[in-house]
Amino acid sequence: MKSSFVCLFALAAVSLQAAEYLSKPLDVLRAVQKEGQGNEAAGKAWQEIVKADPAALPEVLKGMNGANPLAENWLRAAVGVIADEALKAKKLPVEALVTFLKNTQNSPGARVVAFDLIHRADEKLAEELTPTLLEDPSSDLRRHPVAKLIEAGDAALEKKDKDAAVVAYGKGLGGARDEDQIKVLAKKLRALDQKVDLPKHFGFLMSWKMIAPFSNADRAGFDTVYPPEKELKFDAVYEGKTKEAKWVDFTSTDEYGKIDFNKPFGMEKSVVGYAATDFFSTEDRPAEIRIGCKDGWKVWLNGELLFARDEYHRGAKLDQYKLPCQLKKGKNTILVKCCQNEQTEQWTVEWEFQLRVCDATGTAIVAAK
Amino acid sequence: MKTSLVLVFSLCFSSFARADWLQFRGPNATAVSTEAKVPGDDLKIAWAADLPGRGLSAPIVVGDRVFVTCSSGPGQETLHVFCFNAADGSKRWERAMRSTGRTMTHNKTCVAANTPCSDGDRVFALFSSNDLFAFDLDGNLLWLRGLTFDYPNASNSLGMSQSPVVLDGTLVVQSENDSESFTAGLDVVTGRNRWKMERPKAANWTSATIWKNTVALQSSKGILAVDPATGKTVWDYSDGASTIPSSVGAGETLYAVSHGITALAPEKGAVTQLWRNEKLNSGTASPLVLGDFLYVVNGAGVLIKASVKNGDEAWKLRMKGPFSGSPVAAGKRIYIVNERGIFQVIDPEAPEGKVLKEIELKETVLTTPSISGGAIYVRSDAKLWKLQ
Repeated sequence: MKSSFVCLFALAAVSLQAAEYLSKPLDVLRAVQKEGQGNEAAGKAWQEIVKADPAALPEVLKGMNGANPLAENWLRAAVGVIADEALKAKKLPVEALVTFLKNTQNSPGARVVAFDLIHRADEKLAEELTPTLLEDPSSDLRRHPVAKLIEAGDAALEKKDKDAAVVAYGKGLGGARDEDQIKVLAKKLRALDQKVDLPKHFGFLMSWKMIAPFSNADRAGFDTVYPPEKELKFDAVYEGKTKEAKWVDFTSTDEYGKIDFNKPFGMEKSVVGYAATDFFSTEDRPAEIRIGCKDGWKVWLNGELLFARDEYHRGAKLDQYKLPCQLKKGKNTILVKCCQNEQTEQWTVEWEFQLRVCDATGTAIVAAK
Repeated sequence: MKTSLVLVFSLCFSSFARADWLQFRGPNATAVSTEAKVPGDDLKIAWAADLPGRGLSAPIVVGDRVFVTCSSGPGQETLHVFCFNAADGSKRWERAMRSTGRTMTHNKTCVAANTPCSDGDRVFALFSSNDLFAFDLDGNLLWLRGLTFDYPNASNSLGMSQSPVVLDGTLVVQSENDSESFTAGLDVVTGRNRWKMERPKAANWTSATIWKNTVALQSSKGILAVDPATGKTVWDYSDGASTIPSSVGAGETLYAVSHGITALAPEKGAVTQLWRNEKLNSGTASPLVLGDFLYVVNGAGVLIKASVKNGDEAWKLRMKGPFSGSPVAAGKRIYIVNERGIFQVIDPEAPEGKVLKEIELKETVLTTPSISGGAIYVRSDAKLWKLQ
């Protein structure tokens, strides 16, 4: 008891010391910016940090809180060097890392590093911590308990315990945020006659008003400002590329929320379409609009352009682009411009996108209505 | 006087003793080893090291150290840089970082697709996510860049693979894609831009060739040779070129992967076409020049030998394909490994070419071997092998 107290005291003292002497080099790493700004100073600061005592690891990890992704990588590399030495010397401060992990106010990226280090030092302890991570703010950390629940469900099925399997898979699906695990769980639950609402789970926006076809000849339509970018008048009719452009209602029946312009407008080429919808938020809050699209596209939220991408037919996937944004309480209007190009190969038919509104973890934000 | 002599001697000795393969396709991206010590014909696996993630990047060798990159994790967001001892395959160090750019790729490729390069003192590791790290040989992080963090539309949803090159203190990095397409020259000490130029808006997987103190940038438009220090154009060939296999320079000629192979003799500001053979069609593999002959691997896995003087074909040799990686050569042998992991040693001087030896690595291999110190290094998604 006495020795534990002394040990804790010593650790706290080292930690305080670390906070003091590391604060300057940590600030230098956190100051790195785009285009290599701050690299020279960061290189020197990094050399100071990697000399730190292993007890300072939580302090270095804390440096990742609120840091930009470049600074995170500087710190991640420093943590790696300190931890490698600490593991060799069996001096990794496992308890302090567990405390760091459990504090969900710490950055998700830093907590993932902390969990990996705990796992390297004490696999059994990492196993014990795993179930506590099912509702974690980090989607990376959620993967571990979800994988365990998949295993548990499979084991229950082996024993012909369908009810236990359904519970395990259902719990796993509730926590899962990554597409690969969600797909596996949805398949397993459906095989056990359970209903799975994937659009709801992901938060796909399924109902839109759509208008097309405007011209995208020579791919110039991407930068052409057509009327829907100036006004959203859903009873308006405009001159289109091959016919009048009118707004139509469209609700996707695709499980992955694909909004397919080819369905209401036919398989046109060198065309531009727009889709608009309203998302009602219960509060002012940060969010992410995540889009998957293999055509040229632009997305506006409440009239503000979030991002534009002029790449055609190189592939699409769920959450291909993550657009951080701020939702306001009440109505938020989302406008998507989707540009089809002139290619005629079979693999260039798609003129579509999928879009969801979620938090940074990938958890769907439920609309107020 | 005595000290100077010792210094000169030691410098000479070290330059001969040090076995380096510093970038994709080795010395000046020629794919041909310049070392006197060459691998023998009777190669065996000397050692194999486990790798934790995928990779199409080739290993590079700096002295007694082998560097290789991998990407792992559900979305390939974890970016690894490894340093192994060439002698026994033991790990010297590993650094694991996180992508700041997009990690989406076609299933066949991956985020660790670009081969790292080195100036002998530093290792520059670029990934498809446009993350770029500079380490010293002991694994100290010198600087980093997130090129998609800097330039948000610089990405390719199929993945990128252009390998960087370093020349006279400038690291030349290409991120050529359908959207925000560029090439930049970075200061090797700070990682800051010395210059940055817009490039054709078209996906491009070719890597630069170092040729006569210029960096030759290949794209669908042709080949642009730039001064690495300034990015200024030295010469420009604008008759189109491949976007997958890369060109090769030898002697006074650049063999462009353009309409088959087009032999170019660029002067300052002008380019003379020496010959063109449209039948010398490279598949995915880049060509190489060994002695007086050019070797091209076509899409059917056939090795074609042709004269460097006029492009005339000498023979064709059907190998066991298909190939994603490129051939390399040392002494009088060509080495290549197919997608099924069959490593092949070829005698190009045999009357019709001859496969002398095959080694089954028993794993999918999509990458180009590296040669150093009389050994060959090959990697898969799970292993790094030394063949000697």
